[in-house]
Amino acid sequence: MSATAIDARPSGRGGIGTRLTRGISKHWLAAFTGVAIFYLLLPIAVMFLFSFNRLDASLGDGKFNYQWNAFSLDAWAHPFDWPGLPDAIRVTLAVAVVATIGSTILGTLIGLALTRYAFRGRGIINGLIFLPMATPEVVMGASLLTLFVATALPPLKGGVPTLYPTGFTTILIAHIMFNISYVVVTVKARLAGFDRRLEEAAMDLGANEWVTFWKVTFPLIFPGIMAAALLAFSLSIDDFVITSFVSGSTNTFPIWVYTLQKNALPAQINVIGSIIFFGAVAFVAISTVVQARRR
Amino acid sequence: MTTQAVRNAPGPGIRQRVLKATPYLFLIPGLVWLFIFFVLPTIQMFTYSVSTGSITSGFKLTWTGDNYITALSRYGKQFGNSLLYGGAATVLTLLIGFPVAYTVAFKGGRYKNLLLFLVIAPFFTSFLIRTISWKILLGDEGPLLGPLKDILHVLPAEFSVINTPISQLAGLTYNFLPFMILPLYVALEKIDPRLIEAANDLYASNWQSFRRVTLPLALPGVFAGTLLTFIPAMGDYVNAELLGNPQSQMIGNVIQNQLITQAHYPIGSALSFILMTAILVAVAVYARVLGTEQLTG
Repeated sequence: MSATAIDARPSGRGGIGTRLTRGISKHWLAAFTGVAIFYLLLPIAVMFLFSFNRLDASLGDGKFNYQWNAFSLDAWAHPFDWPGLPDAIRVTLAVAVVATIGSTILGTLIGLALTRYAFRGRGIINGLIFLPMATPEVVMGASLLTLFVATALPPLKGGVPTLYPTGFTTILIAHIMFNISYVVVTVKARLAGFDRRLEEAAMDLGANEWVTFWKVTFPLIFPGIMAAALLAFSLSIDDFVITSFVSGSTNTFPIWVYTLQKNALPAQINVIGSIIFFGAVAFVAISTVVQARRR
Repeated sequence: MTTQAVRNAPGPGIRQRVLKATPYLFLIPGLVWLFIFFVLPTIQMFTYSVSTGSITSGFKLTWTGDNYITALSRYGKQFGNSLLYGGAATVLTLLIGFPVAYTVAFKGGRYKNLLLFLVIAPFFTSFLIRTISWKILLGDEGPLLGPLKDILHVLPAEFSVINTPISQLAGLTYNFLPFMILPLYVALEKIDPRLIEAANDLYASNWQSFRRVTLPLALPGVFAGTLLTFIPAMGDYVNAELLGNPQSQMIGNVIQNQLITQAHYPIGSALSFILMTAILVAVAVYARVLGTEQLTG
């Protein structure tokens, strides 16, 4: 191959040379991409593999899932068998469901206003929506905590609902807050290609605004709203940094994992991680197939 | 309002008024939420950063600059670490992410969606668990180093990368790589291949057409990708906590410690405020350098 390369090199444009350079660059890029994707998937493979690790005192320290001992299905047979884990999962799901509903409603309304109406201050609001996404999570968590603390101290104390000590409510407030921007952006992206003439047609045929919205507009933007809700849900179940500032003694799954990993790392963490991973993959696969069928 | 609307005839007065108010009615609930729980906290944080006192004695707004002086003099190293590791992770994700995004966008063919799916696969599992996986992976007797030491004997038994800047950087780069690849992909995907063909027809070499056509058109993606990586990487504390060591701690670790563990709200607030301002300034300068008008169009 190197001999051909030398022969072809000077011929330059258009001919064998270009094709060959292209060929080499193509394979170089393909190989590089393969390695990068391997790098991206490696920790997931490790997570899954180590969910089958056996942890007991006779093998190693029996507490930390860092070293491969022996194959075992123990953790999969008892995926929630660790003190605090079932509660943490319950809290995570409850927060995620309520925060998803709340942020999807609030964010969709903003998205509708921004794409379908011309009004004063639209540009500013468009910019403001990006601010929470451009703020580091640590700063958002820190600032929320200072607000919650302030509600328990004078001069705010008594005048506003007290949100300190922090807990379930404050986690919920924070999750709705950081999700709104993501919902707005997702809904806006879906609304961008919306054909307003469809609504005009409905109105011409005698439908009022209300009927037009529910019979024409809503069904068309519903996939966008669903996409936004799914994004909000996944951001919510995964959030660690902001939650760590506002959770107090309440544990979500990520907070529980973080607190526990200093003292023990049971294989159950890998099991739950794997369940979330394969659940999400299955969901994407099914929805892709359904969408392809519909077309 | 009714009387006014009637007076404002001709036309269906009330109805038009309602229609005109609709966007504001849609906006109010969400914006109120963002105001109370995003804007007010930032103001509160600033207030605490120039206050004195403690959670037990209460805080008094004294407009002191002491918290900022303490924050900068005592934690300069951690600010430096954030800049260093955050910056290095951003450069690494760009170097790794660009060829990947380019390959998926231009050579992906019918595997494009599959490749994109593989790129975002890490998002399907928890950020924390991914980072813990790196801890397993890079452990002294983990699946990577263990065999190299005990079976192949290519590494000495005392060789270790966990709890070093290297493992911390590997984790940071890993965790934010998809945030770099996706915007790059979106920008590259939009490029009309005919533009590159035209450049080649006009006798540009592959490198020249890449340098003069592809790269400038991909710049919005580079801009978005670097911001989406740099901002969270600067503020990250999980990678430093799980994969780094006490010397490689970043400013996020200090903020977390001051606010959550120690309840030192004035210092913690000053630290967060400095971080926020530093990032805003960095973003503004960066946008100026790359040319904002061109980017946001």
